[in-house]
Amino acid sequence: MAARTRYAPDRGLTVRMTATMFLLGLVFVAFVAAIIGIGTAYHASSAAIVLFAVVLGGGFAIGSLFYSDKIALRTAGAREVTPQEAPELHGIVDRLCALADMPKPRVAISNSNIPNAFATGRNADHAVLCVTTDLMRRLEPEELEGVIAHEMSHVAHKDVQVMTAASFLAIIAALLIRVAFYGELFGGGGGRGRGGNNQNTAIIMFALMAVSIIVYAVSFVLIRMLSRYRELSADRSGALLTGQPSALKSALIKVSGQMSRIPNQDLRAAKPMNAFYFAPAMHLAPKGSLANVFSTHPSLERRIAELDKVQAQLNRTAG
Amino acid sequence: MGFLDTLLGRTKPVQPKLDDLFALPSAAITLDAGAGFKPTGSGSVCFRPVEGRSFADVQKDVQELLDLSSGKEGGLPVEVTKDSYGFNWLVSSHLSDELDGLVTDLHAVNSSLVDNGFGPQLLCTLVAFTDDAERRLALIYLYKRGTFYPFAPLAGERRDNALELQVKGVIGDDLKFEPDLARWFPVWGAPGL
Repeated sequence: MAARTRYAPDRGLTVRMTATMFLLGLVFVAFVAAIIGIGTAYHASSAAIVLFAVVLGGGFAIGSLFYSDKIALRTAGAREVTPQEAPELHGIVDRLCALADMPKPRVAISNSNIPNAFATGRNADHAVLCVTTDLMRRLEPEELEGVIAHEMSHVAHKDVQVMTAASFLAIIAALLIRVAFYGELFGGGGGRGRGGNNQNTAIIMFALMAVSIIVYAVSFVLIRMLSRYRELSADRSGALLTGQPSALKSALIKVSGQMSRIPNQDLRAAKPMNAFYFAPAMHLAPKGSLANVFSTHPSLERRIAELDKVQAQLNRTAG
Repeated sequence: MGFLDTLLGRTKPVQPKLDDLFALPSAAITLDAGAGFKPTGSGSVCFRPVEGRSFADVQKDVQELLDLSSGKEGGLPVEVTKDSYGFNWLVSSHLSDELDGLVTDLHAVNSSLVDNGFGPQLLCTLVAFTDDAERRLALIYLYKRGTFYPFAPLAGERRDNALELQVKGVIGDDLKFEPDLARWFPVWGAPGL
């Protein structure tokens, strides 16, 4: 029984994550209902546009999921390393995999002046874990291990799949906004003389665009919220795995402290990859500001507060 | 991991499998007969320490327990060493013909960690062997898989893969070997080897 209490799941986090996913599902249902409503009220041709967006968006999502490891490695300019090239790094990964009973991911190193790490890949068997040279330089072995445990928790939680599925809605909405925008442009400009039918098209396009914009905005905020919860849960699982929440805390502080200073490398080079990074390449927003709502990662204070809970939980006397 | 756990982003810490460790003494006899490797009498348990008083107390209790039992037989006290990865190794030394006693000692470490709720911290157990040519060999037990694999280090962080595969062939079905070779990770400079 003692084992169960020491490693109990965080109920609060579970509830918040469930609520976020429920809302995302609700938006999806509302979106589908609105599309069907527009289609039946005006013209069936809008259904064809939606179908087009779904197929295109679906293709995009599946493609990016399937090639996520290759895309990420290329974007980060990372190179896969053998155990002979990086024995310490492989040693850490080996031990964590044995501890967590996970297949070993491929290990890559990116030559970068930003201290960071990410893990991606469509499933645990195709996962790749990447750390930057600066991260290895800056962190103590135990801190590095904490960061790697955090990234491996992302793999175990299948975060790439979950986030791709969650983003699907936003991708479709974004495509529809564009399609409707051009549709209105050309539909409105093209045949002013044809009367009623043309007016109908304009209304459909306008309605589609309005619905898509709302859906996009709402799902964007929800996805970011989900992303932050998943970061917290990766922190938690990582700290439970290593048994050293404080090492992860100090790694976070070191990395974030570095992030808020001016880095040597152009920040734009690192931005597209933010969602999978350990700490995003931007200045951390002050507490309570609006920027926190749009951020992919929770604030440093929040992450450390959650790790404090893990620390207390691990130290609880058994029995 | 279930669908719901994936959706909610949580992992359950993996509990160790302990029972298969007791297959070791009989496998050691097969190994001696087939390849001439004898146990050196030392073995170790590797685990990930947890920060805080709670775990430190458990570790101290285990150490005292083992020292007590080895003291009675005039054996060596147990040693705890920390490796460069931050893992602790608890080394127990016996006479080379006391493999049963060694396995019992190692099991005592396992069960006290598990009883105190630290089962997920167990990484592996290592039992050392050597032959007349002084070649070193370890049989390593992976707690989370409940499987064994051989590890034969050579000088300069190289391993004797041929010997490892030979040992696997000799012991055969006497031990449950890890089928996934990618999980036969090296433990360079492991205490007790």
